[in-house]
Amino acid sequence: MPALGDIAKVVRSKNAGPFTITLDIILPSVECARRVYEALTPELVARLYRVDTGEVEIIYYAPARAVKVNIPRLVPAGHPGDTDVYGAQQHAPLLGLEVGVEC
Amino acid sequence: MAEMRILSPTAILGYGFPLESLNRGLRDEPDVIAVDAGSTDPGPYYLGEGVPFVSEEAVERDLYHLLRASLERGVPLVIGSAGGAGAGPHVDWALRILGRAAERLGARIRVGVIRSDVSREALVERIRGGAYSEAVAGSGLPPLSEELVRGSVRIVAQVGVEPFARLLGEGVDVVVGGRSVDVAPFAALPWLRGFDKGLAVHIAKILECGALAAEPGSGSDGMMGILRRGEFEVYPLSPARKATVESVAEHALYERADPFREYVPGGYADLSNASYEPAGEGRVIVRGSRWVPLERRLVKLEGARLAGHRYIVVAGSRDPGFIGRLDSLVGKALRTVESLVGAGDYRVYFRVYGRNGVMGPREPSPEPGHEVGLVFEVVSASKMRAKTVAGLVRSTLLHLGWEGRKTTAGNLAFPFSPSDIYAGRVYEWSIWHLIEEGDPLENARLEIVGAG
Repeated sequence: MPALGDIAKVVRSKNAGPFTITLDIILPSVECARRVYEALTPELVARLYRVDTGEVEIIYYAPARAVKVNIPRLVPAGHPGDTDVYGAQQHAPLLGLEVGVEC
Repeated sequence: MAEMRILSPTAILGYGFPLESLNRGLRDEPDVIAVDAGSTDPGPYYLGEGVPFVSEEAVERDLYHLLRASLERGVPLVIGSAGGAGAGPHVDWALRILGRAAERLGARIRVGVIRSDVSREALVERIRGGAYSEAVAGSGLPPLSEELVRGSVRIVAQVGVEPFARLLGEGVDVVVGGRSVDVAPFAALPWLRGFDKGLAVHIAKILECGALAAEPGSGSDGMMGILRRGEFEVYPLSPARKATVESVAEHALYERADPFREYVPGGYADLSNASYEPAGEGRVIVRGSRWVPLERRLVKLEGARLAGHRYIVVAGSRDPGFIGRLDSLVGKALRTVESLVGAGDYRVYFRVYGRNGVMGPREPSPEPGHEVGLVFEVVSASKMRAKTVAGLVRSTLLHLGWEGRKTTAGNLAFPFSPSDIYAGRVYEWSIWHLIEEGDPLENARLEIVGAG
């Protein structure tokens, strides 16, 4: 079964404000995006990123054939102890994730 | 006016742009040149310290060409969130650079200035007066209070589109805006001229990132937007790029938690019914974005508090025994330091690159490589204390003994001398709250000054 990193056109992370990491998965087609959206549960993301299920927000965005995932940051951006001020390198766990979708 | 042409030269003033792109855009007769200069992404330091995050030389280069272009064409130049964080020192800095550019061009210009600093005293009065406010969801901050306000070194309001539109209505040559929503400099002239507010905010959202919404994307190149009644069109200024339905639609996702709504004080652009259509030659037409006014007019306040002084130390290790015991050895070193100088008035944070330096406890595969890089920071209200603790942690860890140790001359490789580097003051976001504003100018002080 291919991983998200194999099927997605873009897998990226970025701050959405200093308290939230937003993860964008852009797929090759609207149909593919819809199937990934259905397969990618908050429980799965919560396990992958070690956050509470209730802190995970998943959005299907058809105009860009995309699935968006929002999770809280460990440390607000730029505070002491932060490891990624722009939040641009928090996407990697998604690359290897197998969600049972081929497209 | 049937259509309005908005030229966005670059994603951030100071990021640069090819002159060929600017000139190509000018040939298409823009009605306004607009540029965002701000971001909170680099962290609270820049607001707290009152300094810009781009270099003066880079901003001077960009401003000179943009001012020249706007004067030649006879259209306004609009700058939002001047100096990055958009507080008083940042606006003053941008005004000085603009003044020099005007002098070089031999021009005498009228500059509309928006100051969006919020004084602590005035804010305390508003809180006491019962002004509605709320912490932005997800910030984890407590409700806005006198204590938060008094603990902040600097506070700005992220003002909306109206202050910019007001100054453009006065016929100024340039607007230098303090902290504002990113879309404000781009949406201001369209709002003033009665174009649809929702389409104006959506086109502004695309343009404010320069050519980032093109393929290939770039933050150091520009984009043109043509706003009409019921639709808008965008295309990049460089022929080496093109706007595609995908690149423009995807941009709604970028650094936003909600791709369907772009909020400004007073309402939001609802993008959920936006449609994207190719218009040939690397152009895209967008329709269907809708303005939704909100009953309660909320503006975001941003405040920074001083967390202390920071020293950082960079070191590497190539010893498998040391790397294997790293966490317990770091713990031991910190306890040793504590026994020497006590605890409570400093904080130490370790990052271990080659293991989990980027993701910390969220790293799914925290197996270290054959070498690791250590970066640790010490933060304290006292600069001397931060220096002392950084030095003691460094020297203790360097010479710490452990069972089976063969590397008895030292556990760490330092790339730099001095090894303990003062990294300046460090700040935290203390205020990230929405507050109700009675009218669009409540948090914006406008003035018109001469320059050049």
